[in-house]
Amino acid sequence: MIGIIDYGMGNLFSVSKALERLNVPYIISDKKEELKHADGLILPGVGAFRDAMKLLSETGLDQFLHEEVIAGKPLLGICLGMQLLFEESEENGFFKGLGLLEGRVVHFSGIDQDGQTYKVPHMGWNRLTFHQPSPLVDGLKEEHVYFVHSYHVTGETSDELVASTDYFGQVPAVVGKDKIFGMQFHPEKSGDLGMSLLENYIRFVKNLEVTA
Amino acid sequence: MLTKRIIPCLDVKEGRVVKGIQFLSLRDAGDPVELARMYDEQGADELVFLDISASHEGRKTMVHVVEEVASELAIPFTVGGGINSLEDMRRILRAGADKVSLNTAALLNPELITEGAEYFGSQCIVVAIDAKWDESIGTWRVYTHGGRKPVDKEAIAWAKEAVERGAGEILLTSMDSDGEKQGFNVALTKAISEAVSVPVIASGGAGRAGDFTEIFIAGKADAALAASIFHYKETSVAEVKAHLKKEGVNVR
Repeated sequence: MIGIIDYGMGNLFSVSKALERLNVPYIISDKKEELKHADGLILPGVGAFRDAMKLLSETGLDQFLHEEVIAGKPLLGICLGMQLLFEESEENGFFKGLGLLEGRVVHFSGIDQDGQTYKVPHMGWNRLTFHQPSPLVDGLKEEHVYFVHSYHVTGETSDELVASTDYFGQVPAVVGKDKIFGMQFHPEKSGDLGMSLLENYIRFVKNLEVTA
Repeated sequence: MLTKRIIPCLDVKEGRVVKGIQFLSLRDAGDPVELARMYDEQGADELVFLDISASHEGRKTMVHVVEEVASELAIPFTVGGGINSLEDMRRILRAGADKVSLNTAALLNPELITEGAEYFGSQCIVVAIDAKWDESIGTWRVYTHGGRKPVDKEAIAWAKEAVERGAGEILLTSMDSDGEKQGFNVALTKAISEAVSVPVIASGGAGRAGDFTEIFIAGKADAALAASIFHYKETSVAEVKAHLKKEGVNVR
């Protein structure tokens, strides 16, 4: 069973419907006691970094996530949910993230190397480039996925970067370390490749259950 | 590299798809979920649903349409029409839409853009602008209420203001071109696209596949929206994309 963390931010409906299409049982909850029983967690998120961290800390879910990750439970952050996994963000000031992965979150500058302006948010379908093997991209081909974000991760370690895309520079798109994963795009809105990436995360969670 | 987006638009009234010719006479063109699935299979990059229901019942039906589309499809979509408050936005976004589009409501209450952007994030907030050339002011003027009421605002200035207030994308419809099938309005789209820092979706006037090439290259659009030429199968999303690829435009 997958636990979708409902802390008041995020398009929970779409993620849950995607899991239904994959025939995966799930719960949507903000209660630690319930989420504790999940075999793997999904941290969705749409909105501002600051508000999201505030809600996570008010509910104690930040502490819970640390404990669960230390205990070896897989975690997938999606979009803002991925950014929250990192150390800090410059969105609306400086705010500490969950610090589960190394790196920080910065705004797209909107100005390219030649001094020309470019559009922010990074919105639309962009192609993935894979950097290293990971359970998430296992058996998949580099195709397009749907991005919509104004902030991106930077300063990540090379062993964390699974896939990137190119938008006036290299943008981390899939990150992963041990059992902690993140996707900057919305897999549930990214066609067949998006659904396959989500399915790979589910398979990773299931395989852990079997070996446990 | 980011691809250019092709976006079929479905005007939905009381749960059924319709499309106006120059916003006046309406023809029935089918079931929204069926059409959405067809467009997804053809390679549509996104969808826009415009709710033109007049009744409270119609609006409630729209929420179900949104839920059904979100349940069945793995592509992003925007819902516009009748969204007048944060509560309206919440209802549509919670039902599974990725973005909401504000038009008349944003002009009447520009603060709504800011509130929506702060609460849901700019990327969820599309501001739709219906613009028409006005000889008396020598630029494009903004219209509301489906293009019936002129507003005392220039389109370029309004687009800039909307972005400053938090709009994450502009959906720009040329009233001069809409329904004419003579091509998108390149001058208008280019002017707005160069004036704002966010993506611009060009709308109104698509008549053939070549029109899309023109609006992306000459019009500097980030996405292009069309309704009737897709609904009545005059061309398909796949055909448009094949044409764009041949012309060297980066598409998915």
